[in-house]
Amino acid sequence: MSSATTTPATAEKLPREHYLNATYGIRSWLLTTDHKRIALLYLISVTFFFFIGGLFAALIRIHLLTPGGYLVTPETYNKLFTMHGVAMIFFFLIPSIPAVLGNFLIPIMIGAKDLAFPKINLLSWYIYLLGGAFVLYSFATGGLDTGWTFYTPLSSIYSNSAVTPAVLGIFINGFSSILTGLNFIVTVHTMRAPGMTWLRLPLFVWAHYATSLIFILGTPVIAITLLLAGLERMFHFGFFNPAYGGDPILFQHLFWFYSHPAVYIMILPAMGVISEIIPTFARKPIFGYDFIAASSIGIAVIGFIVWAHHMFLTGQSTYSAVAFSFLTFLVAIPSAVKVFNWTSTLYKGSIAYDTPMLYGLGFIGLFTIGGLTGLFLACLGLDIHLHDTYFVVAHFHYIMVGGAIMGYLGGIHFWWPKITGRLYPEFLARVAAIVLFIGFNLTFFPQFILGYLGMPRRYHDYPPEYQVLNVMSTAGASILALGYLLPMVYLTWSMRYGKVAGKNPWPATGLEWTTDSPPLTENFHETPVVDWEVYDFEHRPELGLKGAIGKKPAPAHGDD
Amino acid sequence: MSEHIVSPKIYGLIFLALMVGTALTVWAAYQNFGPFNIVIALGIATIKASLVILFFMHGKYSSKRTKLVIVCGFFWLAIMLGLTLADYSSRHPEPSRTQVLPSAPAAFRA
Amino acid sequence: MHRTGELYGQFQTLDQQKESATLGMWVFIAQEILFFGGLFLAYTINRHTYSTAFGVGGNMLSLPLGAANTVVLILSSLTMAMAVWSATTSKKKLVSLFLVLTLALGCVFLGVKVIEYKQKFDHHLIPGHGFDIAYCSKNPAACGLTGKELATEVEEIENGLKADPDLNAHAQLYYSLYFAMTGLHALHMIIGAGLLLWLIQQSMKGRFDAAYNTPVENIGLYWHFVDIVWIYLFPLLYLINRHLA
Repeated sequence: MSSATTTPATAEKLPREHYLNATYGIRSWLLTTDHKRIALLYLISVTFFFFIGGLFAALIRIHLLTPGGYLVTPETYNKLFTMHGVAMIFFFLIPSIPAVLGNFLIPIMIGAKDLAFPKINLLSWYIYLLGGAFVLYSFATGGLDTGWTFYTPLSSIYSNSAVTPAVLGIFINGFSSILTGLNFIVTVHTMRAPGMTWLRLPLFVWAHYATSLIFILGTPVIAITLLLAGLERMFHFGFFNPAYGGDPILFQHLFWFYSHPAVYIMILPAMGVISEIIPTFARKPIFGYDFIAASSIGIAVIGFIVWAHHMFLTGQSTYSAVAFSFLTFLVAIPSAVKVFNWTSTLYKGSIAYDTPMLYGLGFIGLFTIGGLTGLFLACLGLDIHLHDTYFVVAHFHYIMVGGAIMGYLGGIHFWWPKITGRLYPEFLARVAAIVLFIGFNLTFFPQFILGYLGMPRRYHDYPPEYQVLNVMSTAGASILALGYLLPMVYLTWSMRYGKVAGKNPWPATGLEWTTDSPPLTENFHETPVVDWEVYDFEHRPELGLKGAIGKKPAPAHGDD
Repeated sequence: MSEHIVSPKIYGLIFLALMVGTALTVWAAYQNFGPFNIVIALGIATIKASLVILFFMHGKYSSKRTKLVIVCGFFWLAIMLGLTLADYSSRHPEPSRTQVLPSAPAAFRA
Repeated sequence: MHRTGELYGQFQTLDQQKESATLGMWVFIAQEILFFGGLFLAYTINRHTYSTAFGVGGNMLSLPLGAANTVVLILSSLTMAMAVWSATTSKKKLVSLFLVLTLALGCVFLGVKVIEYKQKFDHHLIPGHGFDIAYCSKNPAACGLTGKELATEVEEIENGLKADPDLNAHAQLYYSLYFAMTGLHALHMIIGAGLLLWLIQQSMKGRFDAAYNTPVENIGLYWHFVDIVWIYLFPLLYLINRHLA
C-alpha cells in the first residue's frame, strides 16, 4: 500500500509529559478531577458491568438451546433476563459513550482545559459505583425477576425477589446521569475556545449536547417513579395497587416517559461517533452538517412525546394510542436524515476500511434495519401481533448492539491512539470487527423470524418448531462473544506494545487531533484559537490531504 | 460585572403581592366556584410562582438562555402531564371497588 | 484544577466561572421540576379519579398551620433575596444576618411540619395498617374535636362514604401522596438548610461582596425553587374542598 506520499522518517515518540504520567499512585486516580482519567475510570466500570450483563445473556442463550428449558427453573429464567436488562441498560449502555468517550473528548474537542465542573464529574463516577453496588447486592441476594421494566404491581407488591435494593441502586445511578448531563450542557455553553462557534462544533459534541438534554429532562422522572414503587413496596403506599385504587398504568406512563428517551440516550452518542468516523475515513466533509446537528436535537425533543408506544396493548385509550403511533412515525424522520447524510458523505469519498470505518459502516446498515423494524412496531395493527415477541427483542438489539455498541467500539478504536498514545494491531482489529458483525447478525436476525412466527419474549420455554432458529441464535451469540473478547485482549496488549501513534494518525480534522497523544492534563499547551470550519480537509494543509479529496488516500497510519 | 441589582423596595412589593395572593387563595377556597375552584387556585399559584421566578430569582433580568432553560423545564412538565392526561381523559375506567355502591341493583350486592 | 483566589483552574475568567455556575444551577432546577413533576402527575390523576376522598383527606389538614407555613416560607424567600442584594452591594454583615434569618424561618417551617406529621400519626392517618380516615369522627376526644367541628367532620365522613364506599382506601392514596410530596419537599428544605449553614459560615469570613457572590445567588435560586414547590403544594393539598366543609 505504498505511494509517493510521506511516511514518517523517524518513529513517533510518546510525549514526555501527559495525563497518564502526570501524577502517580492510586489516590491520584481515585481523587482525580481530570476528565480524561475519570473517563478511564468509567471505562473500567462499564466494562465490568458489560461482563455481568453478558454473563446473563450467555446463560439465557444456553438455556434457550432446547425447548423444555433444562438449564434453569422458570423463576430463575425470569431473573436472568431481568438482570441482563438492568445491568446492560442502566450500567453499561446509558453511561458508555457519554461517560467514557464524552468525558474524555468533549473538553478537548471544544478547546477547553476540562469540563465546567470537574469535581462533580468525579462525584458522578462515585454515585455510579454506589448505585451499582446496590444493584449488585440485589443480584447477589436473590436477584430480580420483574423484568427491567419493573411493572407494578409485580415489582411493588408481589415479587419475592430483591427489588428494593435494585430500584434504590437505579435511583442513585440516575443522579450520576443527571450530573453528567448538567456538566456537558454547561461546558458546551460556556467553555468553548475562541473561534469555536456552535456551527464549528464537531457533531460528536452536538450529539452529546442533545443526549444531555435527555439526561436532564428525563432521568428525574424515572427517579421519582422508582422511588414511588419502592415506597409502595416498603410502606404499602398504594399508588400502583388496584386494591387501594392505585393504577398500574400510571406506573407505566411514568416509567416510559423516561425509558423511551433513554433509548435515545443510548443511540445519540453512537450517532455522534459515526458522524466523526465517516468523514475521516471517506476523506470528505460531512454532508449536511446543519441537518445532522438539528436532527440530533430533533431526536431528543420528539423522543419525549412517543413513550406510550410501549403501552399499546396494556390499557391506554385508543385515541391516545393513535396519537402516539403517529408521533412515533415522526421520530423516525430525523434518524433517517442522519442515515441519508452519512451515505451522501460516503458518495464520491475516498474510502479507507480501517477498523473504525468497519464499525461505522456496520452501524449504518444495522441501525437502519433496527430503525425500520421500529416502524413496524409503531403500526398499531402490527403491534398487536408483534408486541412482547422476539420481534421486539430483535428490533431493540439491532439498535442497541448493532447500533450503540458498534458505535462505542468504533469510537474506542478511533480515539484509542489519542487516549493511549498507541495504535492497536490493525489486522486483528478488522478481523474482530467482522467476527462481531457476523456473530451479531447470526444471533439476532433469527429472532425477527421467531417473533414474526409468534414466539413470545420473556418465556423460558418454547414449542419445538422454534428450536432451529433458537440454536442459530445461540451459535451467533458465541461468535459475538468472541468478537467482544478479541478487542479486550488486543487493546490491552496495545497499551504496552502498540506502535506509538503520534498526534494525528488517521488523519482527522478535529481539535483533539492537534494536541499530543496522550494529551497533557490541561489538554493543550496553549489555548487554541479556532479559525477553520469543521471537517474541512481541503483547507488544512498540515493534515497532508490537500487535493486528496476524491483521490486515492494516503496511508492512514504506519501499522500495515 | 454587568449585573442588574434589584432594589429592596421591589422585593418588598413582591412580597406583599405574594401575601395578598396567599390570602386570596385561602378566601377563594371557601367560596363555591364549582369546577373553577381548582382553576383559580392553580392560577393564583402560578402568578405567585411567576413573581418569585421573575423577581426573587432575577428571571426578568436574566439572559435569553436562562429564560429558555426555565421555559423548557415547565414545558417538559406540561408534556408529561398533558399527554398522560390525554390518555386518562379519553377513557373512563371503572374505579376499582372493594364494595358495591348501595345504588347498585340488588343482584350485585354482596 | 486548582483555585487561584476565587477562580478555579478550568475557567479562563471569573465571568466565565459565574456564568457556568449560574447556568448549572438553573439546569439543575429544570431537572428538579421534572422530579417533583412525577409526583404532581400522580396527584393529578388520582385527584381526578377520587375527588371525594381527596376532599375529605385535605380537609383534615390544619389550614392555619399550612397557611402559616406558606407565609413563613415566602418570608424566607424575601430574606434570601435580601441576602443576595446585601452581597451584591458589599454589605457583608447584612449578608450573614439575612442568611441567618432565612435559615431560622426554614427551621420554623420544618418545625411546623414535624407538628403536623405527629398529628397525622396520632389521628391514624399514616398510610399502612391502622389507617382510618374516620378515626377522629369515631374518637373525637383523642383528636380534640368538639361541638360544631365534630358535627361537620362526622357529616363529611358520612357523605364521603355514601359517594365512595372505598373512602378509606382512596383517602389512604391521598395521604400517601401527601407524605410523599411534603416529605420530598421537606427533604429538599433540609438540604437547603445545610447549604445555608455553609453559606453563613463562609459569609462570616467576609467572603461575599460585589466582586464575588455567586454561591449566595445560586443557593438563593435553589431556595426560591423549594419555595415555589410549596406555593403549589399548599393549594393542592390544603385547599381542595374547603367550601364544602
